[in-house]
Amino acid sequence: MNKIISKEYFSANVVKFEVEAPLIAKSRKAGHFVMVKVGEKGERIPLTIADADLQKGTITLVVQKMGVSSSKLCALNAGDYITDMVGPLGKATHIENFGTVVCACGGVGTAPMLPIAAALKKAGNKVISVIAARTRELIILEEQMREYADEVIVMTDDGSYGTKGLVTNGIESVINREKVDLCVTIGPAIMMKFVSLLTKKYEIPTLASLNTIMVDGTGMCGACRVSVGGKTKFVCVDGPEFDAHQVDFDEMLMRLSGYKDIERQEMEKMECASGARE
Amino acid sequence: MNFSEERAQTWRADLRSAKKAKERTDIPRVHMPELDPEYRSHTRVEEVNLGLTPGMAMREAQRCLDCANPTCMEGCPVGIYIPKFVKQIEIGDFLGAAKTLKETSALPAVCGRVCPQEKQCEAQCIHTKMKKEAVAIGHLERFAADFERESGNISVPEVAAPNGIKIAVVGSGPAGLSFGGDMAKMGYAVTVFEALHEIGGVLKYGIPEFRLPNAIVDVEIENLRSMGVQFITNCIIGKTITIEELKKEGFKGVFVASGAGLPRFMNIKGENLVGVMSSNEYLTRVNLMDAANPESDTPVLPGKNVAVIGGGNTAMDSVRTARRLGAERAMIVYRRSEEEMPARIEEVKHAKEEGIEFMTLRNPVNYIGNEHGRVIHMVLQVMELGEPDASGRRSPVEVPGKTELLEVDEVVVSVGVSPNPLIPQSVAGLEVTKWGTVVVNNDTMQTAIPMIFAGGDIVRGGATVILAMGDGRKAAAAMDEWIKANN
Ligand SMILES: Cc1cc2nc3c(=O)[nH]c(=O)nc-3n(C[C@H](O)[C@H](O)[C@H](O)COP(=O)(O)OP(=O)(O)OC[C@H]3O[C@@H](n4cnc5c(N)ncnc54)[C@H](O)[C@@H]3O)c2cc1C
Ligand SMILES: Cc1cc2nc3c(=O)[nH]c(=O)nc-3n(C[C@H](O)[C@H](O)[C@H](O)COP(=O)(O)OP(=O)(O)OC[C@H]3O[C@@H](n4cnc5c(N)ncnc54)[C@H](O)[C@@H]3O)c2cc1C
Ligand code: SF4
Ligand code: SF4
Ligand code: FES
Repeated sequence: MNKIISKEYFSANVVKFEVEAPLIAKSRKAGHFVMVKVGEKGERIPLTIADADLQKGTITLVVQKMGVSSSKLCALNAGDYITDMVGPLGKATHIENFGTVVCACGGVGTAPMLPIAAALKKAGNKVISVIAARTRELIILEEQMREYADEVIVMTDDGSYGTKGLVTNGIESVINREKVDLCVTIGPAIMMKFVSLLTKKYEIPTLASLNTIMVDGTGMCGACRVSVGGKTKFVCVDGPEFDAHQVDFDEMLMRLSGYKDIERQEMEKMECASGARE
Repeated sequence: MNFSEERAQTWRADLRSAKKAKERTDIPRVHMPELDPEYRSHTRVEEVNLGLTPGMAMREAQRCLDCANPTCMEGCPVGIYIPKFVKQIEIGDFLGAAKTLKETSALPAVCGRVCPQEKQCEAQCIHTKMKKEAVAIGHLERFAADFERESGNISVPEVAAPNGIKIAVVGSGPAGLSFGGDMAKMGYAVTVFEALHEIGGVLKYGIPEFRLPNAIVDVEIENLRSMGVQFITNCIIGKTITIEELKKEGFKGVFVASGAGLPRFMNIKGENLVGVMSSNEYLTRVNLMDAANPESDTPVLPGKNVAVIGGGNTAMDSVRTARRLGAERAMIVYRRSEEEMPARIEEVKHAKEEGIEFMTLRNPVNYIGNEHGRVIHMVLQVMELGEPDASGRRSPVEVPGKTELLEVDEVVVSVGVSPNPLIPQSVAGLEVTKWGTVVVNNDTMQTAIPMIFAGGDIVRGGATVILAMGDGRKAAAAMDEWIKANN
């Protein structure tokens, strides 16, 4: 049981939680994640540790409402308890002074990017962050990102904020302007696929933080497996970050959609149930 | 009192002379009452074996000859005093029988259900040498343990005065539980750390309800709690806290019982298609996460034609689960013949009764998916048996050019597990074999780092509940000695 200390809405569908977890706060590093379960019959879902406060013994999670489990979590309030939480899991991001690093984030991916950008900056890198989303409301954590990044480029699909265009347009504008030594990308699988294709063209080493379906998050089940360089890897223990140019994104996208029908039914059931209560 | 003195006690001697050996061996072996196969292949959680009645148990106990040289005990990895507990059942002293069991085994209700008895105690019973069926030791063990539990008279073992010495256990499977129990009895302050949100290891997330109800494991866990054992779930040693930190917090000994939780795949084409998964994933979804329950948020893919690859207990558990979740065809695909299957004979029998198809001498070579990436077919290589291999089993060889196409919409890969690498990776100086198992002194279960002991599947690779439990007991005795000598 982990107590929620505070809750803040970044947008209608994106919530930031500060959660009591002193041991995890102490041992986590940038790139780590936790598995969270809400309710006795809840599902275990992976969430990146966006930040930690050692003094308070808390970690920060930024959650986007997707389906049943993330919605149940987002419905909790300060003072409520998260039934189960375990971590820190996964391999920490490898941080060193690479030179100039582009951090390409899509949607809620900005949250897990924050600690990575901070660590990269601390290691002496020039950090350029490209934050992209469909529309203005979905751009989150821009201010916080400005604290760490030397430059923040905002892109929206509809042009309602920042520059109109995709994340790849933003990255390309940087590449055309200066030498980029590394690209780190976190966001929807489809976005990371296109970022990877772009940086491959320019031969820029790229790390992608993969968000596969997980069950245990500790290497026990293999639900999270992906093909990297033709070999099967478990994202929860071998990742979540991999050399993007080696990742089989098409297979990953296919595996992500494996439970789509069941998830949709579950979501409809939940919406019906809450509708009936109202 | 040693065994022969105990055996010479009047009650035992009288009982032996009350009936001729021939009369005893002529009694037919008891049949375990079971749920109807058709009914049970559609019910997810009801236990298949219903347990013996007191009358049945007492009659079965009569079959035992109370041998002067009870060879059955040599077959039991922990050396349960079998003739004594069986004779206690014969005279109706069921609680006494349960107590006898508990002198050696921490989990008799579990082992009575899941031990491969036909390869262990029962294989060595004198009856088998007379070409008769062995005494049903496992059924009797289960009976005594269940009787005690249901009577509400569970004897909580006496716990020595607390000595204030803190001991950590990594993992709450049978090895960790039995170790924890023994250390608590000796007065140690035991904390069990478990990575998952549930206590019990494979007993909870692996072995299904229809074979081992969770409630039975929970009673044992409650027992340990009442003896003062602390449980901390959602805590991964090596991630959440390191062994170094435990040491700093004053823990004087650590028992690593982290199991063999890593699934193996075959690395064949199409293995990452949707619908192909490890037995660990399948069983974890269904058992730990209760995915087939409509109340549960965790999904499980429904399968009409389900193939399970492998021939061990895990494969049987998976295929019988698939049947219960509605599979029209639930199939075992195994590369050797039925004779070589490592699963318990009872599981194979039960599976067949439930309509499981056995496709032996078949090995998958690749999987074929549809346009959504969901598996729809698998290609099987037909095999035949060749020369015996190192394990003494005849090894399967391919019949050149002979393949078959099988329609499937779900495949569960159950070809073995590897030791959990977390602890070996996070503790410098721990000696590990090339298979990833932790090296210990076989007499003490002590590792290369004196304060760390280890046992169960992390030391043996995939083994059995009773061996894991035996390791836990051995390690507890040895750690107690080591602590007394070194502190
Ligand atoms: C290492 C890791 C870190 C993550 N960190 C965060 C985070 O910090 N914040 C956050 O909001 N989310 C994060 N995610 C994604 C998050 O785990 C999923 O959004 C969540 O599991 C969805 O569960 P659900 O029941 O709400 O939705 P579901 O009903 O399971 O899914 C709804 C839809 O989302 C898609 N989906 C399912 N699982 C995932 C997934 N893992 N990633 C992307 N899409 C998915 C499905 O295709 C489905 O169509 C992370 C995932 C991983 C693997
Ligand atoms: C499906 C299935 C069916 C089986 N059927 C039988 C049977 O019929 N008969 C039989 O005798 N045997 C059977 N077995 C084998 C038997 O269950 C195992 O040999 C036994 O459970 C091993 O016990 P253990 O205590 O070593 O490990 P486990 O039971 O595997 O428990 C290890 C525990 O440690 C936890 N853990 C791992 N790493 C850490 C860490 N770093 N920190 C904290 N916790 C950690 C794990 O989450 C787990 O709960 C079966 C196994 C399976 C999978
Ligand atoms: S513990 Fe297992 S092997 Fe030992 S007597 Fe009981 S059933 Fe037989
Ligand atoms: S060998 Fe068989 S008959 Fe003899 S004591 Fe053991 S169980 Fe009884
Ligand atoms: S989530 Fe189970 S192995 Fe990665």
